[in-house]
Amino acid sequence: MVFRTRRLAGASVAVAAATALVAGCATGSGGSTSGASGNTLTLWTHNAGNSAELDVVKKIIKDFNGSQSKYKVKLQAFPQSDYNNSVVAAASARKLPCLLDVDGPNVANWAWGGYLSPIDVSGSEVPLSDQLASTVGRYKGKLYAFGFYDVALTFFARKSVLNTYDIRIPTTDKPWTKAEFDSALAKLKKSGKFAYPLEMGTGGSGEWWPYAFSPQLQSFGGDLIDRDGYKTASGTLDGKKSVEWATWFRSLVTKGYMAKKSGADPNKDFLAGKSAIQWDGSWNAAKNAEKLGDDLAIIPPVDFGDGPKIGGASWQWAMSSTCSNKAGAQAWLKFSRQTKYFVDYAKATGTIPGTEAAAKQVDGYQPGGKFNELVQFARKYAVVRPVTPAYPYISTEFQKAAQDIIAGADPKNALGQAAKAIDNDLKSNNYYAG
Amino acid sequence: MTTMIAALERLRPVRRTRTTHARRRESLTALGMATPAVVLLIVFVVVPLALTFALSFTDARLISPTPPHFVGLDNFTRLIQDPVFFKSLRNTAYFAAVVVPLQAGLALVLALLVNAKVRGVNFFRTVYFLPVVTSMVVVSLLWTFLYRQDGLINHMLSALTFGHVEGRDWLGDPATAMPAIILMSVWQGVGFHMIIWLAGLQTIPAELYEAADLDGAPRRHRFRHVTWPGLRATRTFVLITITIQALGLFTQINVMTEGGPLDSSTTVVYQAMRTGYEQQQTAYAAAISLVFFVLVLAVSLVQRFLTREKD
Repeated sequence: MVFRTRRLAGASVAVAAATALVAGCATGSGGSTSGASGNTLTLWTHNAGNSAELDVVKKIIKDFNGSQSKYKVKLQAFPQSDYNNSVVAAASARKLPCLLDVDGPNVANWAWGGYLSPIDVSGSEVPLSDQLASTVGRYKGKLYAFGFYDVALTFFARKSVLNTYDIRIPTTDKPWTKAEFDSALAKLKKSGKFAYPLEMGTGGSGEWWPYAFSPQLQSFGGDLIDRDGYKTASGTLDGKKSVEWATWFRSLVTKGYMAKKSGADPNKDFLAGKSAIQWDGSWNAAKNAEKLGDDLAIIPPVDFGDGPKIGGASWQWAMSSTCSNKAGAQAWLKFSRQTKYFVDYAKATGTIPGTEAAAKQVDGYQPGGKFNELVQFARKYAVVRPVTPAYPYISTEFQKAAQDIIAGADPKNALGQAAKAIDNDLKSNNYYAG
Repeated sequence: MTTMIAALERLRPVRRTRTTHARRRESLTALGMATPAVVLLIVFVVVPLALTFALSFTDARLISPTPPHFVGLDNFTRLIQDPVFFKSLRNTAYFAAVVVPLQAGLALVLALLVNAKVRGVNFFRTVYFLPVVTSMVVVSLLWTFLYRQDGLINHMLSALTFGHVEGRDWLGDPATAMPAIILMSVWQGVGFHMIIWLAGLQTIPAELYEAADLDGAPRRHRFRHVTWPGLRATRTFVLITITIQALGLFTQINVMTEGGPLDSSTTVVYQAMRTGYEQQQTAYAAAISLVFFVLVLAVSLVQRFLTREKD
């Protein structure tokens, strides 16, 4: 008994000591800076599941570490689905890395939240002014992030199919109008060859919804929020033009042009001939071209009245505000801005190079190349998602509204509810001042 | 006599110290044994609960440059004006109201079946228990495919009725999304409660059944007067565990429908997660959780009252 008690007491002391140690560590290292120990900087990236892109990051790090002896960058890769959560968790624990990548539409939110620090990349090989506007992350006039590439939205179709049904193949100079698009869908539907002639990835979730469909809303003349000061969504998101978009969007389902919920792999369905026209990202352009060859038509977005629109801004690089070695982080950011890396990124990911100089070196994207139209889309039609810290919230509300509309909710009510929720959020956050 | 008294007097103080010493040692042991559980409870239950309570009266956000401010009952006034919250409450109640009797009843039927002394009964026990050991996320993903418009269930319906019945997109239709999730949840969870019922059944003494047989009691009387009273404690356990499990419905929703379509499958826990994490409104999510906590507490108190020992 005595022995048992003693053993128990011993164990308790050990446990208490361990607890104290852990607690001590937690408070001990929770200082105000992190992300680097001396001149070794930590870098986080979202592309653990995308080895092609990860290889480019690794290459830049290797080149940087070899190019000078002062700083060393250490890579840590996360799967994309967990990345944002990891960053938010790390920020609350004050354990952000020095360097991190950030999805374009989140730059404003993270900058406002104090995660990111403004950066200065003057004097690097590629000047900022050479970049596609959508690849530069600014908030309140300050530069917080830059990306090496962008993606474009486009319609894919088979030229042979369009010709069979006597549908005009549109060009960048003369895109489809709403009437043309509707009649094309009607013809395809009438043929009976396609259960759903239009494929827009309605089975997807998350950021795909605002990314893919808010440009169509904008082409109708609506928007997610009144961009003048970003103070209210009412009157814009539930305005007349937006309701017109929503009514049209719902009609695609009621007329049987588009599935309420598309298959698990929309691009596969398109290539298998299940759908005639697919609204998709430029990342599938190379794959489609390989499968369909010259039959592939890369079609500009439809002009619903306010000109064709696509979403802008993809992943970008930034520096955390708690970085303890900002000079080192800036050095890495500047070093990475070389045309050869812009080229490497675009080649590895099948995306649109961020600069014209890089585009010239990427097969297919050079002037006259088969994908050059996509570069033109990004240059001419790209609208960045609202540059406000409220964007993550707006995104979830718009996604819900769009899904409800497709499921049969009254378009005006669904958009009205979303607009009201966004206004409430803005108000309760004091309009994201500060 | 005197020697006895003297002896007693000599003994008494010694015995007293021994008891107090033993007692102290015992309470020390008890303390030592309780400590790990108490520490875990404090860290993972009491502290979060206190935080939830405190946060729900502030405007705290997941990402924000400003520290949280006290805002009084703002979050709660917003909550009672939130149509989605009432839909979530309704769906959660609906799910629990169907799942609790259905799953408990079905589990009891299965337990009675596999309690029979026939060969190969272990095979059936294993089969019924298999879904329980499979992760809910995996089960939900698989059933999402089964429920699709072109999924296995619709193919089977079509084949069995020679094409007369055209299935629908079960999870994409507001009318069928929740029933579809209920069916899957019961299928997944029924095996666990079957085992609990089975354990209860096997604690009932065989003599009682023999006596009932001697009295010539028919099967239903045997069930009514021997089995059912014998399952008293098991019944309470099954009722409470299924209720708690049903009220906390989240995984299936998150994987299969994300609350849609048209909020037909949103639940309170799902809504709290969505507002707190995806929409970054920590304080509002805390308010939702707090209200939900009070409601669940009320439900379990009622259940405790109804299943109390009536003496």
